[in-house]
Amino acid sequence: MSDAPHAVPGSTVAGSAPLLSVRGVTLAFGPKVIQRDLSFDVRRGSIFALMGGSGCGKSTVLKSMVGLLRPRAGKIVVEGDDYWSGSETRRAETGRRFGVLFQSAALWSGLTVGQNVALPMQMFTKLDEATIRRLVKVKLGLVDLAEAIDMAPSALSGGMRKRAGLARALSLDPDILFFDEPSAGLDPITSRRLDDLILNLRDGLGATIIIVSHELPSLFAIADDGVFLDGQSKTAIAHGAPTALRESCAHPHVRAFMRRERLDTEGKDRMQ
Amino acid sequence: MTNEADVRGPTGLSVVHEGRQPHWQLDHIDGGSRIVLGGDWLAQAGTIAEFPPSEIGGLTTGQHLSFDTAGLGRWDTGLIAFLWDAKRAAATAGAVFDVSALPVAASKLLGLLPDSLSNPAARVRHGFRPVNWPVNWIGGQTAVLLNELGVVTGLLITTLRGGAFAALGRARMRRVDLYANIRDAGPSALIIVSVVNFLIGAILAFVGAVQLRKFAADMYVANLVGLALVREMAAVMTAIVMAGRTGGAYAARIATMKGNEEIDALTVIGVPVSDYIVLPAVLALVFTMPFLYLYGCLVGMLGGFVVSISMLNITGSGYLHQTLDAVPFGQFVFGFVKSIAFALMIGVTSCRIGLKAGRSAADVGVAATRAVVVGIVGVIAMDAIFAVIADVLGI
Repeated sequence: MSDAPHAVPGSTVAGSAPLLSVRGVTLAFGPKVIQRDLSFDVRRGSIFALMGGSGCGKSTVLKSMVGLLRPRAGKIVVEGDDYWSGSETRRAETGRRFGVLFQSAALWSGLTVGQNVALPMQMFTKLDEATIRRLVKVKLGLVDLAEAIDMAPSALSGGMRKRAGLARALSLDPDILFFDEPSAGLDPITSRRLDDLILNLRDGLGATIIIVSHELPSLFAIADDGVFLDGQSKTAIAHGAPTALRESCAHPHVRAFMRRERLDTEGKDRMQ
Repeated sequence: MTNEADVRGPTGLSVVHEGRQPHWQLDHIDGGSRIVLGGDWLAQAGTIAEFPPSEIGGLTTGQHLSFDTAGLGRWDTGLIAFLWDAKRAAATAGAVFDVSALPVAASKLLGLLPDSLSNPAARVRHGFRPVNWPVNWIGGQTAVLLNELGVVTGLLITTLRGGAFAALGRARMRRVDLYANIRDAGPSALIIVSVVNFLIGAILAFVGAVQLRKFAADMYVANLVGLALVREMAAVMTAIVMAGRTGGAYAARIATMKGNEEIDALTVIGVPVSDYIVLPAVLALVFTMPFLYLYGCLVGMLGGFVVSISMLNITGSGYLHQTLDAVPFGQFVFGFVKSIAFALMIGVTSCRIGLKAGRSAADVGVAATRAVVVGIVGVIAMDAIFAVIADVLGI
């Protein structure tokens, strides 16, 4: 018996090697470069934050990590496996270890909340319907939505939709979770509860979490590592936990961002 | 596993991962009960054992339900599903759910799960139908139909009034929207209208040629093709193409806008949906359809002409003369008016269907389908009405 769930494949590997590493990645839409020469490592079991101002390409980086956008250059390595160089089948297999919470939750509007969570299980496991429904209830219970199992996504509030999206991301017991702006648009209390939930899920499921956010309170509360992307130089300008960046980052922009201060040299507030 | 008979484990388990089957048993100890867990508890591996609430019957308020996890191997949410059953059962019995022996991770997850689950009765989608359901159904459908007729008529009146205001230059309609709609409904539709009408003209000529040749009335193929096209086929076929092409697009576009709250955004700033969306859409169809009809007549006659001079003993100029003699100007006016009416009907109904649609992706599909079906059926039904009116008026 051990503390962490052992269902996670390869979790017995020594924790020193990064679970996911991004090496010299350049992302672009046509001629427009979003981020260039980006490198960072995500440790197993950490909550890793992709930080930066609005429009600096955080979500785009996340997209390329979950397989939606092929990098122009560089590689993304998941447990020693070069993610983008493999075949599409191989990539889909790796992708099944991912759980993604999209910015607008992206629940399938034609299905009920329960069906949304059940769909990945129906597609990729041989479980019978009764078992699936039980597991769906557990996943919805974890995000405190067990009662909403038969509701349509359109009947949910914004916060409930986010949590339902989270339950769907947990559907296949993934070991890497990606959250795109999980607390954006939520009130402070709901947002705080979501932070606690994320922490508990990390501890309980033993998952690694990669989170895109510019909500400072949430970043300080949960993230223990991260990278700061800059929209102007189009690359990473700082690495480290958000709290550490706030205390001691040499870069004035990062420090101003983390302390929510006005960046005087710019003449305008870039933090919105 | 020590004793097969004592160990409760899920039967019919299909093991995917190599490992020990999950099993559990309930021991009665001092001050409560203890669940002994063993084996690998993996959801993906198969069925998860259920914890029957009756098992806990011996426990009373204040007693402990504890665990022995010495034999527990690998686990995931499958174990959590089982433990949650036990947690709820313990909460119902008033017993203390003692998680101290459980893995820390598992107790954290259990902490997130509620003690009770009000089991919402699965919603009955197709419930019990009373004996008189056909009557109810017909009545209900009739009421819906009458209501829709009223709404569509209302929308038509609003649109006509908007059109009148637009003619005076006082509508809150942007010209760019109108031009964009006209471009979509007009020039972009030329190719498909050409193909359909050319083939219709050619088919009419074929059918006519085979029959009329028996009577040595080859020349009258021109009459047949000309009259049939101008009076009926060009208007109807063009309208059907436009119902499928433009009506469906309107319904899908408006339904999507509704799903994205774009309609709400318009309403809030005080732009009437009828002015901003419905009016340019309907006007575009009303402007373009009559011209597409005339163009369709021309192309259809060309189709008939090509078939006739290649199959029959007719000269090109003879065919043209015969056509001009056979189709009086009044027939064009009749077809022209019909195509305006079709355009109004298609535009207004498809906008209405889009506005009425639900907000999900499936609803957009339903709206587009419905707009096409209603458009096509409506065009044919209206054509029949026009035929009766024309007969009465002697056109």
